[in-house]
Amino acid sequence: MASNQPDELYQTQTAIPFWRDERVLRNAAQIISAIVIIGLLAWITINFIQGANQRGMALNFRFLRDPAEFPISDSVIPYDPSRSFGYAFLVGLIKTLLVSVIGIVFSTILGTLIGLARLSTNWLLSRLALVYIEFHRNIPLLVLLFLWYFPVFSSLPAVENSIQIGETVYLSERGLYLPMSRLNEGGIIWVISIILAVVLAVIVWRVLSRRQVRLGKTTYFAPISLALLVFIPIIGWFVSGGNPIRFEYPSLQGFNFQGGLRLTPEFAALVIGLTMYTAAFIAEVVRAGVQAVDRGQIDAARAIGLNQIRVLGLVVLPQALRIIIPPLISQYLNLAKNSSLAFFIGYQEVFSVGKIAINQAGRAIPVFAMVMISYLLISLFTSYILNLYNRRIQFVER
Amino acid sequence: MSAPTETFLPPAPPGPITWIRQNLFNNWYNSLITILTLLLIIWAISTVINWFLYIADWRPVKEFFLLFMVGQYPQDLVWRVGISLAIICLLFGISWGIGGQLIQSFAITIGTLLGLAALIPVQIDDLTLPVRAFLIGCVALLYLGFIWGRKKPMRGLYVLIAWLLAIGLIIFGLLPGFSNSQVLPAVPSTLWGGLLVTLILAVGGIVISFPIGILLALGRRSSLPVVKGFCTAVIELIRGVPLVTILFMFSLILQVFLPVGSRFDRLIRALIAITIFSAAYMAENIRGGLQAVPSGQIEAAKAVGMNTFYINLFIVLPQAIRAVIPAIVGQFIALFKDTTLVIILGINELLGIGRSVVNADPEFIQLQLEVYLFIAAIFWIFSYAMSYSSRKLEEALGVGER
Repeated sequence: MASNQPDELYQTQTAIPFWRDERVLRNAAQIISAIVIIGLLAWITINFIQGANQRGMALNFRFLRDPAEFPISDSVIPYDPSRSFGYAFLVGLIKTLLVSVIGIVFSTILGTLIGLARLSTNWLLSRLALVYIEFHRNIPLLVLLFLWYFPVFSSLPAVENSIQIGETVYLSERGLYLPMSRLNEGGIIWVISIILAVVLAVIVWRVLSRRQVRLGKTTYFAPISLALLVFIPIIGWFVSGGNPIRFEYPSLQGFNFQGGLRLTPEFAALVIGLTMYTAAFIAEVVRAGVQAVDRGQIDAARAIGLNQIRVLGLVVLPQALRIIIPPLISQYLNLAKNSSLAFFIGYQEVFSVGKIAINQAGRAIPVFAMVMISYLLISLFTSYILNLYNRRIQFVER
Repeated sequence: MSAPTETFLPPAPPGPITWIRQNLFNNWYNSLITILTLLLIIWAISTVINWFLYIADWRPVKEFFLLFMVGQYPQDLVWRVGISLAIICLLFGISWGIGGQLIQSFAITIGTLLGLAALIPVQIDDLTLPVRAFLIGCVALLYLGFIWGRKKPMRGLYVLIAWLLAIGLIIFGLLPGFSNSQVLPAVPSTLWGGLLVTLILAVGGIVISFPIGILLALGRRSSLPVVKGFCTAVIELIRGVPLVTILFMFSLILQVFLPVGSRFDRLIRALIAITIFSAAYMAENIRGGLQAVPSGQIEAAKAVGMNTFYINLFIVLPQAIRAVIPAIVGQFIALFKDTTLVIILGINELLGIGRSVVNADPEFIQLQLEVYLFIAAIFWIFSYAMSYSSRKLEEALGVGER
């Protein structure tokens, strides 16, 4: 009896009916779920195409070549309503990217400052930062944008009575006028020399600092690259003729300002609102990141005699960055997506351009597909780049 | 050697002057920062107080207070909103009595907010004495429910059913009414507005997206590649685009699906879009909770012979959801703020009402700051109260301490 027990066991294993066999069940579930999902998608698509045809909605992209026939204010690239719709869409996309990049840069700076203020040992400063953060985190971005746009930027005085800040900055219902630097002839040489200086300084810094680590000898990498950074532009300044740039100041001529850089009220309100809102979230991210660094690390760094700045630069920041980067990525993505709220205050970026184009019959679905794909691409691209960076700075666990 | 007889007392708390010296003037740059900050604060506070006392004119808010709260809901039928509020207060009280700490902070917050609203020391025409008394009555109802729920423990399931019944009754019966009824005449949803709609959209969005989010999260962790791929694609697609585009796209697509000429209720269109948007974020939150459940739990459940369905229902989900309650509250706050975007569909929620009040009277264009600040204040109070309750809840749950 005991000798054929393995056999019996073997037999009971093979005798599992197919409806209880894990592998069969798994494959069946796979096939059924595939059929259900594909069926669902097909049903939606077929119904959708039928419905669209009944309504005379075109589901093609031929309209992209038609003239857009609507104006877009303060475009970055030259634009007029006779251009094609595809081109108008591009204009909107560029404006979205512009607002996102500017917003990301400023909100990172402001957010870091507020986050550090929140961590300050100065009780008053820390409380002030807390008030800023709590105010901005608990109201909707759209309300903040409305607060900046309607009572502030769209209620500014007329051009004749514009508010003058300092000598050369003017604020009026037409927007914010700032002095702007323009390149003179030969100025390009100076610009090239600056770029060259930065590139050389970075290369010299990296090569020499590695050499110092390898050989254990002082290679003076910091002074040398700093000298490069200063002297090459000076040489470029003289080569270009000693006068590479000129400043252009806004001046009132007739009923409007000429010259200088004009920021429309919509743009200014949008950038300020987005920046201040996102900065509150970034401040919290920075605070959490710095606080997560082990207290012992700082004590140890002090114990071996590093000064305050080195403790921060060599010990705290590299470790805090690892914690900060992932949530920071999602804040950047939020900012890019939130730039679509520009529509509500009349700044024409990609969503608004799409919304205007919809009023011209039949284009709704393709246009909106394009808008959504644009945002998806922005999101995917941003998170891809930042994830690469994140992978580089993450701690390598062995 | 004798044991030390000297007892060490903790150092006495620093006196105010020591405290100021330690925290504000401990070195030269801190002193400088303190003085600069102090100047900034004094300037800001004096500006704000001056504006508040002499310049601010709250007429638009006072005149249209009811409009901000319930939109154009007919004034003689507002009692229906009041009854709904009372029912919700009672149920909240009962849940507090049964659920204890899980609900406590939220219930106290609701009671405090209602009490504060009843006691605003400002003359507002719509906030008559009976209305104020009613709000106090709601607070009392909340407390009565609490005592009842604590004294007579009943099963949580019954309370849940009561909640679902009550919400269904309110949303589909009490508030919209019936077209051929004398007692409850119909109030089309186009007349609803203000805080009422904001709350309906936010609460509705979170509640309906909860089961969908659970399904999506489980689907994303499924071992079946088709299901996993589909759920991942849905979640990432929705998370990759802004809410405004989803609101707009869904109202467009829904229109295409419906027979030509039929109109779909705007509020329901917005609610569907918000739910789908919220479900993707909910799924990611719940996924975080699912990952926090130790795999030993699942293995143990398998060892005692449970199948996948029971493992998920009885072992994994209860632990996962408990872990992510604070994250869900955070998502609720975000959604509450995001409901402002529905004005793109022409729904007059709180901010939309503000915009139409401003545009109603040319005089009010000058008073935009007051109107939008009032709206910001309402959002701020609600969101802050919610996040405060959530922090208290986290302490009660001991999240992050185990």
